[in-house]
Amino acid sequence: VSQHSDEVAKRGDGLPAEEPIPNPGVAEHHPRPTDVDPAAAKRAERQIATFFGLSSVCTILFVVAYFTFEIGEDTDTIFGYGASHVTLGLTFGLALLFIGIGAIQWARKLMSDVEIVEARHNIASPESDRQESVAMLNQGITDSVIGRRPLIRNSLLGALATIGLPAVVALRDLGPLPGNKLEETVWEPGMRVVNDVSGAPIKAREMEIGQLVNAEPEIFFAVNDEGEPIYEGVELQQAKAKAAVILVKMKPEEIIPGPGREDWAVGGVVCYSKICTHVGCPISLWEQQTHHLLCPCHQSTFDLEDSGKVIFGPAARSLPQLPLMEDEEGYLVAQSDFTEPVGPSFWERGE
Amino acid sequence: VRLFSTRLSTALSAVSTRRRSRFAGVVVMLLGLMVTGGTYAVIAPAQAHDEEFSQELIDQGRHLFLVGCASCHGKNGEGVRTQAGTQYGPPLVGVGAAAVDFQVGTGRMPLARPGVQAPRKDVVYTDEEIRALAAYVASLGPGPYIPEREQYDPTEILEADDPERTEAIVQGGEFFRTNCTACHNFAGSGGALPQGKYAPSLDGVSPKHIYEAMLTGPQQMPVFSDDVIKPEQKREIIAYLKSFQETPNYGGATLGQYGPVSEGFFAWTVGIGGCVAFAVWIASHSTRSKKKGIKA
Repeated sequence: VSQHSDEVAKRGDGLPAEEPIPNPGVAEHHPRPTDVDPAAAKRAERQIATFFGLSSVCTILFVVAYFTFEIGEDTDTIFGYGASHVTLGLTFGLALLFIGIGAIQWARKLMSDVEIVEARHNIASPESDRQESVAMLNQGITDSVIGRRPLIRNSLLGALATIGLPAVVALRDLGPLPGNKLEETVWEPGMRVVNDVSGAPIKAREMEIGQLVNAEPEIFFAVNDEGEPIYEGVELQQAKAKAAVILVKMKPEEIIPGPGREDWAVGGVVCYSKICTHVGCPISLWEQQTHHLLCPCHQSTFDLEDSGKVIFGPAARSLPQLPLMEDEEGYLVAQSDFTEPVGPSFWERGE
Repeated sequence: VRLFSTRLSTALSAVSTRRRSRFAGVVVMLLGLMVTGGTYAVIAPAQAHDEEFSQELIDQGRHLFLVGCASCHGKNGEGVRTQAGTQYGPPLVGVGAAAVDFQVGTGRMPLARPGVQAPRKDVVYTDEEIRALAAYVASLGPGPYIPEREQYDPTEILEADDPERTEAIVQGGEFFRTNCTACHNFAGSGGALPQGKYAPSLDGVSPKHIYEAMLTGPQQMPVFSDDVIKPEQKREIIAYLKSFQETPNYGGATLGQYGPVSEGFFAWTVGIGGCVAFAVWIASHSTRSKKKGIKA
């Protein structure tokens, strides 16, 4: 290393005394046809101008297409595609492409084509400049007396450490803690399980083996005394995101009831949360022969004949099951709310 | 019904005891049987549409079944199990005429070879033969019957005037997105299921076959019975699908409508790949001449 730095020092400009690889020099210059043949140069000029001209034409066509084709109610189409969309994209894309092609041809055929050798100097500052900078820094430290008066230094460090405290305190005001919202849904004893979209109540014997019903609690379709929906807007969406369920019917003997869940099914109909326990995607991708429920987001697979156990994928918890019973009219109702929080795991849930 | 007829018979027996006729017992029994049978005929499930298939058609279907289906489904449609105990061909008792019309009418049956899923392919049987097979399988046990045209044909909805047309299609769309998109994709393009199975594309499937699929739940598809998704709602789903498929692609080429994955894949491989190839092509072509004669 020392020998190398000696050599560098000797040259003074930072370049080694001897090139590690011999300089092959500049390759033999081959002129372009456009450099030696004025007719070829003229042709190239016309060619480039043509590309730029085509670009202008495309831009004008863009404006024409913008005002020509109908959008909205009575959209024009070309080959089954929206005419406005396709022509605007094509004309503007071609306008940019032709400018690009013209510019490249210009550079390749007509712009100056001579090899240039550009020498570069050493990137580092000269030794004298570097020494002067270090001296100035040291002078500054001495002048500030920070080395001699540690009380100032330490109290400054303390002030800088505490200045972040207001941010931490203010963060507490971002909103109330969720409380038990994550543990509860709107399901309650005796609430009917109704068809999503239509809101029609469901009887277990109306379902057939292999049937799947995307269902909701009846309260989402209920109205108050003034005829207004009890749940609507954001509140409805938030409640729905926790309370959505699926009902499936299989042969009663195929169901393996979990401990304490012996009376949760009604005639082969079981009810599970529709919210995946991994990151909360809604799942209703049920295979009626294998009884597997697959989450399309990350392929977590739950076995609905065996208490919703995870048999594949990243989900760590079984799918929560809603205990079912029949009301006096024979419609499916919930025995209670879910017995465990639905959806993905969260910090306070522990385990 | 049986309880009712038993009570009736008991009541009539009481009358007959007083009259002491020799044939009273026989007459009363016959009467009881007639009442039972007659009541059953009136309130029997509507799915047993056996009367629309003649015995001749059922016999013809049985003949076709023995030739084309029995090797997997058994001579009497009882199903075939392998020696290992797994199902080779499922039993067909109670699957109904609708299941046959769907499976054979879309070419899924007869299977070319066993596999995880029966693919849609060219239809082997003629319409009349499919009807005969359906008649035979329907005679094995009660099951869903082939839907009538007015149940599945969405033309009435599609040709209706607004706002009825829009309302029906919007409602059908809600049912479709709630019940079907998990497997069949938001545009009905189909999607993958575990272990090589898949939900097929709904493009170009006839309204009757879509209706029958909802009714019977072929292969891994769940059943969506008429009691839960009403026939009118099924027809709205079909109308939504047909109106969706007829709508021009205003946004340009759909790339299969599989969502951002296929579109991103196209942009990265064809789009950016094309740009790279174009740049390489430009750089590999020198405009300089190496001909000896040309010198400045």
